[in-house]
Amino acid sequence: MSRILKYRELLLVAIIVVLIAVFSYRAPGFASPESLANIFNDTSILMILALGQMAVILTRSIDLSVAANLSFTGMAIAMMNAAFPQIPLPLLIAVAMSIGALLGAINGFMVWKIGIPSIVATLGTLTIYRGMAFVLSGGAWVNQTQMTPSFLNTPRMSVLGLPLLGWMAILVIAIISLVFTRTVFGRALYATGGNPTAALYAGIDVGRTRFFAFVLSGALAGLCGYLWVSRYAVAYVDIAAGFELDTVAACVIGGISTLGGIGSVGGAILGALFLGVIKNALPVINISPFWQMAISGFVIIVAVLFNARQEKRKGRLILRDAVKHQPALTETPAEGAAA
Amino acid sequence: MKAIAKLALGTALGLALFAGSASAQNVKIGLVAKSLGNGFFEAANKGAQEAAKELGGVEVIYTGPTSTTAEGQIEVINALIAQRVDAIAISANDPDAVVPALKRAAQRGIKVISWDSAVGKDGRIVHLNPSSNELIGNMCLKLAASHLPDGKGDFAILSATSTSTNQNTWIAEMKKQLPKYPGLNLVTTVYGDDLADKSYREAQGLLKSHPNVKVIVAPTTVGVLAASQVVKDAGKIGQVYVTGLGLPSEMAGAVHSGATKEFAIWNPIDLGYTATQIAYRLVKKETEGKPGSEINVGRMGKIKIGDNGEAAMADPFVYNKGNVDEFAKIF
Repeated sequence: MSRILKYRELLLVAIIVVLIAVFSYRAPGFASPESLANIFNDTSILMILALGQMAVILTRSIDLSVAANLSFTGMAIAMMNAAFPQIPLPLLIAVAMSIGALLGAINGFMVWKIGIPSIVATLGTLTIYRGMAFVLSGGAWVNQTQMTPSFLNTPRMSVLGLPLLGWMAILVIAIISLVFTRTVFGRALYATGGNPTAALYAGIDVGRTRFFAFVLSGALAGLCGYLWVSRYAVAYVDIAAGFELDTVAACVIGGISTLGGIGSVGGAILGALFLGVIKNALPVINISPFWQMAISGFVIIVAVLFNARQEKRKGRLILRDAVKHQPALTETPAEGAAA
Repeated sequence: MKAIAKLALGTALGLALFAGSASAQNVKIGLVAKSLGNGFFEAANKGAQEAAKELGGVEVIYTGPTSTTAEGQIEVINALIAQRVDAIAISANDPDAVVPALKRAAQRGIKVISWDSAVGKDGRIVHLNPSSNELIGNMCLKLAASHLPDGKGDFAILSATSTSTNQNTWIAEMKKQLPKYPGLNLVTTVYGDDLADKSYREAQGLLKSHPNVKVIVAPTTVGVLAASQVVKDAGKIGQVYVTGLGLPSEMAGAVHSGATKEFAIWNPIDLGYTATQIAYRLVKKETEGKPGSEINVGRMGKIKIGDNGEAAMADPFVYNKGNVDEFAKIF
């Protein structure tokens, strides 16, 4: 199993390298270190959100409300910063993550205690959270001049050639990969999605695990709310509209199985980077804007096709094992017939 | 949500007035925005209230849907008909979809005009353009030229979506009038879809693939903001300038950072003021709004109704470091 996963990620790395090579042929300088650092930095928010989405998808659920959550928390802390400029930034970020976690907990609660399918629950909260952002702000924008310089400039501070925003993503990736592979909660995520019945027998509370997956996704969305508002220096109700689909796409491209239980942090990150490379390349390779949408959709389908083929192979493996066992019992030449 | 509350309040108010029918002589004008909570329309409302106060005996009901949809506006129009307003002044989300509802209003004797974003000819008496497309195109070129040494050099356009009607009309006007500015060279047009992140990447791409571009013109606020941020982040303030159409409150930061020297937008306060004035004159039967006639619009002087019942205000207003803060407080 782990060999297949590794192979899949290597394949994705290869695809990304080929894409960068093709793009830099058309747009010289695309593969320069600064340009690559820039792409990584630009994709930071998507990577962080994709990790939250991955936790949820691992448990056989989906969180469609991440972008709406981002919009609400972004608006809330931008307004807080505008109204009380003396609040220190670390506290604001903590508040953003708490609000996000709370909104995530609402999703988790509905899925856990009320038993609403996650796609329905989060489709509902997607509209509710954006609506709440509208109510909160009255539809007004929070503009650059209203926010404090430290609020806006901290994620832009460059350390070793990469802005703090990028370092933030690296930090989150490190923490999440530790949590997913080395903690009880992380293993419970995989077990819950892989086989809920077996997980239950093993003493894992499936509903509770789902709940905390949503809380994690919400907290990361809250963090991204701050990062987004400071990066684009404006907060309005429609920020990150449709971005939840990008996070799901990043997971699917990265080989996180929508049936739950399968996927790695590396896969989700590579899936996000894949989208990031395409998004950053399209403006510089001189392709008509009318073609851009069609092209990015096509490339995504091709990437997913690779994954679909991988999963099919897994099915065949089980069949072959079954056939192997059969002759030992019956002594009939079934092997030749099956092949 | 807010709209529903407002509607409920408005309907209750309307019923109360209907029951009393004492204040029947008050002229009631429904001012319909594309969506509530947009600074531009809030400012137009400010102008409308100013006109109401000046004229006396006028009540302006400012309303609109929560999102920019035609369906939402139809509901709002029906509510206004039920409230028995005397006139409706609308900035339409769709030129055709709202026409049947507005016709129904007209049958009940309500005077309908459109402003900012037009309604089809059958649906209204007069349409008030904030400026003419020609003037806007020319203004964008003038702004681009004023940011370049001797008005000569390369510039690029950062638009919203590639299907946006008004954006495309303005871009076409800019191309048409380009020969008037010798030395000004349009390199390319890119589309940021009015999304902050996509506009940001498109502007970044422009700087990379067209290093000669010295001015980015964005006839949309999200675009002009994102491009200003790119110029600032790339440390190119003073080398590359961003200009276009945007609201002062949203643009103030970009002007102070130096990424933008000047930008333009029609004055929404004057627009709301003029729309209210025209609606009032129509209700009072001072004019019929026929093409070729002139309407007295208070402090804005007289406005001439052109072909198709369309009237245009003036050149977009230019904002710079000197006046942006003053206007940023208003809209």
